[in-house]
Amino acid sequence: MAMTDAHPTGIRSWLTTVDHKRIAIMYFVVGFAFLLVAGFEGQLIRLQLAAPGRDFLDPDLYNQLFTMHGTTMVFFAGMPLVVAFFNFVVPLQIGARDVAFPRLNAFSFWVFLFGGLFLYASIPLRAMPDGGWFAYMPLTNPEYSPGPGIDFYVLSLLISGVGSIAGGLNFLVTILNMRAPGMTFMRMPLFTWMALIVSALILLAFPPFTVGLIFMLFDRSFGTHFFDAAAGADPVLWQHLFWVFGHPEVYILILPAFGIVSDVIPTYSRKILFGYPVVVFSGVLIAFLGFGVWVHHMFSVGLGPVVNAVFGGATMLIAIPTGIKIFNWIATMWGGRLRFRTAMLYAVGLVATFTIGGLSGVMHSSPPADLQQTDTYFVVAHFHYVLIGGTVFGLFCGFYYWFPKATGRMLHEGLGKAHFWLTFIALNVTFFPMHFSGLLGMPRRTYTYAEGLGLDIFNLISTIGAFVFTLSFVPLVWNLWRTWRRGEAAGHNPWDASTLEWTTASPPPHYNFAEIPTVDRRDPLLHPYIEPESRGEGDEPGGAVPRRQPDEPPEPVVMPNPSYWPLVLAAGMLLMTIGALGSLGLTLFGLFVTAVGLFAWAFEPPFGEEAH
Amino acid sequence: MSSHSAGSHPSTRLYVAVAVILAALTALEVMVFYIEALAPVLIPILLVMMAAKFALVAMFFMHLKSDGPVLTAIFAWGVFIATAIVVGLMAIFGKFGA
Amino acid sequence: MEGPTSTGIPNRKLAMWTFIGSECMLFGTLIATYMIYRGRNLVPPYPHDLLNIPFITVTTFVLLMSSLMMVLALAAVQRNDLRATKLWLGLTALFGLIFLGGQYYEFSHFVHEGLPLSRNLFSSTFFVLTGTHGAHVAGGVIWLGTLLVRTVNGKLDARHAETVEIAGLYWHFVDVVWIILFTLIYLLV
Ligand code: HEM
Ligand SMILES: [Cu+2]
Repeated sequence: MAMTDAHPTGIRSWLTTVDHKRIAIMYFVVGFAFLLVAGFEGQLIRLQLAAPGRDFLDPDLYNQLFTMHGTTMVFFAGMPLVVAFFNFVVPLQIGARDVAFPRLNAFSFWVFLFGGLFLYASIPLRAMPDGGWFAYMPLTNPEYSPGPGIDFYVLSLLISGVGSIAGGLNFLVTILNMRAPGMTFMRMPLFTWMALIVSALILLAFPPFTVGLIFMLFDRSFGTHFFDAAAGADPVLWQHLFWVFGHPEVYILILPAFGIVSDVIPTYSRKILFGYPVVVFSGVLIAFLGFGVWVHHMFSVGLGPVVNAVFGGATMLIAIPTGIKIFNWIATMWGGRLRFRTAMLYAVGLVATFTIGGLSGVMHSSPPADLQQTDTYFVVAHFHYVLIGGTVFGLFCGFYYWFPKATGRMLHEGLGKAHFWLTFIALNVTFFPMHFSGLLGMPRRTYTYAEGLGLDIFNLISTIGAFVFTLSFVPLVWNLWRTWRRGEAAGHNPWDASTLEWTTASPPPHYNFAEIPTVDRRDPLLHPYIEPESRGEGDEPGGAVPRRQPDEPPEPVVMPNPSYWPLVLAAGMLLMTIGALGSLGLTLFGLFVTAVGLFAWAFEPPFGEEAH
Repeated sequence: MSSHSAGSHPSTRLYVAVAVILAALTALEVMVFYIEALAPVLIPILLVMMAAKFALVAMFFMHLKSDGPVLTAIFAWGVFIATAIVVGLMAIFGKFGA
Repeated sequence: MEGPTSTGIPNRKLAMWTFIGSECMLFGTLIATYMIYRGRNLVPPYPHDLLNIPFITVTTFVLLMSSLMMVLALAAVQRNDLRATKLWLGLTALFGLIFLGGQYYEFSHFVHEGLPLSRNLFSSTFFVLTGTHGAHVAGGVIWLGTLLVRTVNGKLDARHAETVEIAGLYWHFVDVVWIILFTLIYLLV
């Protein structure tokens, strides 16, 4: 079935799509919506803490809000936004027409969406989880957390975790197997490299979490004793299982951002990335060491001096490859012809703010120092600097960078810069004071604080910063609206960037590349230090990759068929999940739908009838 | 690094030989288990035999021996991290003595 | 429908190995939990009261031999010897079923002896670990069953050897996990 004809656009085409670019857009829209919701929850938390002794939120609601805020941000905003970029960028960067398993890709999206909606169904049912994003046992056992709140947490993360693992599998195979001819590993763009590493991290880090969640589910629903001290078990095991996953998870969130800025900084510096192999291998090293540091989240448990020292040392080690990357980015900019477009501002902003967060991280990698800092706002400052100043800035960087490619339109630079400066100011105003309130001893996750402890002014400033965050969405939304109405056309390569995605049209045709390019160098479109202005037409440095793809494919392109079955399969799993709240009948029905979806999927021809 | 040439897969006779070794090792494991005299060294002996069976299945039945390094690396990576986590957790929980 | 891949390894085969790598962590975590809680059970019955080594040795042997059947099935389908393919695929699935029957017998025996799932720490860890493995075996039996049906219907032949190979990889991995569980749970009781 040659599908070079017009692409359908109705609602059905979205429900059945297996096109990685459309799935990327769906991930982005849903992830962004969750970002707004969780941001709103954070805003409520800050309102409560604006002054000592407020009763804007009662303690129970406060617990629910910080739990929903953290859980949503990590699993239903951060992860899907990262995966949105994987989806859109990776196949284009490696010169592929789609991912290795397009239907699995759609399935990943649908279960993620259903997992998120399931979590949020707890709000109308007035059963929001309230155990924090790490849901420590024994607080979350049926005795201390009766009611379905924690079950919403457990089940939503179980089902969306399946989607994450499927996604990791898909992108690992895609990057290993679907590269254009000539694209060796050491010619892959940095974002693709980080996507490869992160896929491996997802595959290895999610199963321990899944197992922990299953234990928790069984303890809560079937009376098992995995975390029951009275039966001889140790509730601390949950902490281990959570952080064996949890620490790699923070790298799952940050490495893609590192990959984005590693592609963006050279583009706007008119240079190639300084020390490409070092940036690659420091990423690999971070991922590897990332499995050996989890106890730094548990220093105050009292596992003993040996364990704490070993994990403290490993944590300090991991700061080295992280720091190396910072120097690579600085050296790339050094002596370059810098163009401070919005994406570049976000990239430089990341280098600055992530470094602050990295430094406070190193501070609490020392167990004795951490005992002063743990569970205080100092840690809250740390992880917001790395997660907003790192992950979110990286994602916005990528957003401004690839938006013209995805939509064919240019965003307005002035509004983009306003957006950057507002977020940059908001981040620092909100979270820098938390270093002080934290070191003064203000505990996390406590709904209020007393007057006269010297905390008032810092908290007030933090709350003001949170308002600036809310404000920062105005130029962003305005920009999107403006661009939608009358954005200029982008052309193939508006930034004069050097990687394959910029050879095809903006937005790319559904088959991505009319002709699969053959790659012969790391930066196929860029010759180091040669200004494009100084090049004449046809004066391009002689790579084998054409700077522009032909408008029409010379031969018919066979693309994967759309399919309903990923949606059906995901719906079956959702029904099972809902049933797990207490209806065996519904669970069995869900199992039936899942089985039907699976078989129909397996026997449906993925590529149209004539393909075997 | 072609890994998919059916012809290079080991023959039936090899498969049967591997299965015989596996069965023999299993029998040996159970025997060792019942021999009182071996009690002090039971754990290392059993672990070695377990690892041998593991390796035989992976190399011959799963064709890692003939299928090239990429797949072996992927599997070894998973096995390595998983083993490290198991051993690390057991150590933290004091399972290897004081 | 795939063209040549960058590594030369077919996508689905690479995916199966990647999945297996991930499953190592799943079973690793379950095994770690079992090992950490070994000897910490406070409420009877205890493992040595119940675990039946001779019985489980037999089912272990059956599962081990099913792996042999599986490779023979693969070799047969590669030669396009469909009669042998049907035979060996059927036997693999049958041996898997026998193993599952053994597990069913074992579980119900334990429950009968006063060890339901929620009894104590041993029941929790034992049933969830071996149950997860059993669920994997059951999934494998269903998969092999569909392959068998397709062969019988003439829809599976040497051109689909890769499909059989991938199912085989899964099956052997499940066998490998049992090799570990047999030693750690039963022999190191
Ligand atoms: C230079 C590298 C880093 C080091 C040395 C480091 C170290 C630490 C340490 C020791 C803690 C535990 C503090 C405590 O609870 O007492 C911590 C917490 C945390 N870190 Fe980092 N970190 C680093 C980078 C990152 C990155 C890149 C991210 C995410 C993008 C991140 C996210 C977090 C989060 C979310 C927490 C708090 C988890 C919680 O308690 O809820 N960190 N970090
Ligand atoms: Cu950490």
